[in-house]
Amino acid sequence: MSGSYIERPNRPLLIYAVLFLIVLYLPVMLLPLFSFNDSIYVKFPLKGFTFQWYIELMDRDPAWAALRNSLKVGITTALISTGLGIFAAKAITRYTLPGRGPVVGFIMLPLVIPGIIFGVALLVLLSQLGIRLSLYTVTIGHIIICLPFAIATMIPRFEGFDKSVEEASADLGENAWWTFWRITFPMVFPGILASLLLTFTVSFDEFIMAFFLSGTDATLPMYIWGQLRFPQAFPSILALASIILLVSFILVFLGQWINRSATSDSLESETNT
Amino acid sequence: MTQDNAFISFRNVNKFYGKFQAIKDVSMDIGHGEFFSLLGASGCGKTTLLRMLAGFESVSSGEIYIDGQPMSGVPPHHRPVNMVFQNYAIFPHLNVRDNIAYGLRKQKLPRAKRNDMVEEMLELIKLPEYGDRKATQLSGGQRQRIALARALILKPKVLLLDEPLGALDKQLREQMQLELRALQKTVGITFVFVTHDQEEALTLSDRIAVMAEGRDLQVDTPTRLYENPKTREVASFIGTMNFFDGTVTSLKGDTAVIKVDGLGEVSASMGAVPLLAGDSVNVAIRPEKFVLTDEKPDGVQYCVKGQLNNAAYLGERSHYYISVDGVSKPVAVSAQNRERAQETETQSRPVWLSWNSAAIVVLKD
Ligand SMILES: Nc1ncnc2c1ncn2[C@@H]1O[C@H](COP(=O)(O)OP(=O)(O)OP(=O)(O)O)[C@@H](O)[C@H]1O
Ligand SMILES: [Mg+2]
Repeated sequence: MSGSYIERPNRPLLIYAVLFLIVLYLPVMLLPLFSFNDSIYVKFPLKGFTFQWYIELMDRDPAWAALRNSLKVGITTALISTGLGIFAAKAITRYTLPGRGPVVGFIMLPLVIPGIIFGVALLVLLSQLGIRLSLYTVTIGHIIICLPFAIATMIPRFEGFDKSVEEASADLGENAWWTFWRITFPMVFPGILASLLLTFTVSFDEFIMAFFLSGTDATLPMYIWGQLRFPQAFPSILALASIILLVSFILVFLGQWINRSATSDSLESETNT
Repeated sequence: MTQDNAFISFRNVNKFYGKFQAIKDVSMDIGHGEFFSLLGASGCGKTTLLRMLAGFESVSSGEIYIDGQPMSGVPPHHRPVNMVFQNYAIFPHLNVRDNIAYGLRKQKLPRAKRNDMVEEMLELIKLPEYGDRKATQLSGGQRQRIALARALILKPKVLLLDEPLGALDKQLREQMQLELRALQKTVGITFVFVTHDQEEALTLSDRIAVMAEGRDLQVDTPTRLYENPKTREVASFIGTMNFFDGTVTSLKGDTAVIKVDGLGEVSASMGAVPLLAGDSVNVAIRPEKFVLTDEKPDGVQYCVKGQLNNAAYLGERSHYYISVDGVSKPVAVSAQNRERAQETETQSRPVWLSWNSAAIVVLKD
């Protein structure tokens, strides 16, 4: 295999990939670098190594409150949008809906509509309805923008298996509910996990919707935005950003790993048939 | 088959997909413990009929009865039938054992009892060592047997099989045919078997429904379908058939005297077809019912001279194509090669065809 044309090492491609990664990640990597720098100013040359900004971060109660808010919103958003996404993806792939094309188009629209437009629109609607802004309204906004991600992640999983296995389950005496739990759910499970991780990450990082729709409780991105005005707070914001970066990396890596091991499982079974 | 001992009955069943009518007024009965086949060309509605029986498609009009119960509105999971899907539909996330035990959940059996039943099934399908295999790590023939076991363990009253052998190679296919037939005899379950392979249908079935374009043309035993087809369509679908045009000249009781173009005057039993003198009819004779000789034969009922102009040697038998004056298409004749064949036998030459009136099937135009 390793000698094949496709798998030959390709030097220009390798150089391109390395350059690409450097350009992409160098600015990002400056954050953790300066978060350990023993100076309040973000500039070279570096002064010395310190944990000071991390320690300072520990004492900032509003930061912790914002983190808790973001976790609450993120987890709720992930659960609800993935839950709704499962049924939407099932409906889209399993049933012949009248006007299916436009319906799918509308569901996917938030992917391309600028967040600011959605944010303003929702704000207008909510104030018309007299609903007070809170973490709940932020969550509603996040569910709307996360739903397309959830559906897009799960549709391939639903398309990946033949509907005759669901029919076989019904044929063997299981009703729709049990068929879902015994067949559909386990078969799309990797997609569900991937969707949970993705929607959580999207919500956790989201700023514009949160900016428009939150009341007095800030989410983490909003807290960071608010602190940028204070120069003396900046290094510990860098520390915070570094932590978020690390956690995001871990989550994305986890999602990839789940999806890959699920795929290689099914690949393995293909080659054995 | 009378309606009294019918186990499955189709009564004037129609099926529309939008404007397209896939099933056209089908009525038939399937008996208890029968091996019943649906045979027909691709797209004639076999799968549709089977899926309506299993409950995956609704009937547009008419009614299906199983064991006397009307099936309209009964969902698949409440019907006493189980299906072996064309692609087997094995659950890929379960191992072989769990696939087979899938339908047992509702019976709330003790674990030991359940395992015994699964082992028994594995024994029956001759895969005793395979319980812990992942279902995806199986060959086509093994999957087919798992699909069978998964259905049989529930002791259904009817097993539906949609071209279960379609994906297998010839050798495995023949072996599975024998096993299926033996299995059906052991378990005594009614089998409704879909196939487009007439040889398969003829070897396996107690009775066959020949279908075309959503209609059932004839429902009969394999022998009767082959020897006494009721229409020209059935006659030409099952095996090879020679057709001759003829006119009825007179009737004597059950026998008709028919003047056949190119063959002369013959008399034949009318069968179920009501005929009148002057009717034009199709006279049908199977290729193997002719006897081919080089000299004019003695003591035969009918014979005619022709010209052998084409022959195919197939080992155990040969096919000959003989042109006869007054017959538009060459007459196909098939003969067993009892003697060791000589190359010269396939040479073009004048020959004599002989047959008797028992070989003749009379079909109305
Ligand atoms: N869901 C459907 N919607 C519309 N038309 C359909 C549908 N299913 C089947 N048909 C049509 O109904 C007819 C019968 O189909 P069916 O699948 O029963 O054929 P079949 O006899 O099983 O053929 P094959 O031997 O190829 O499997 C076909 O003309 C097919 O195009
Ligand atoms: Mg079919």
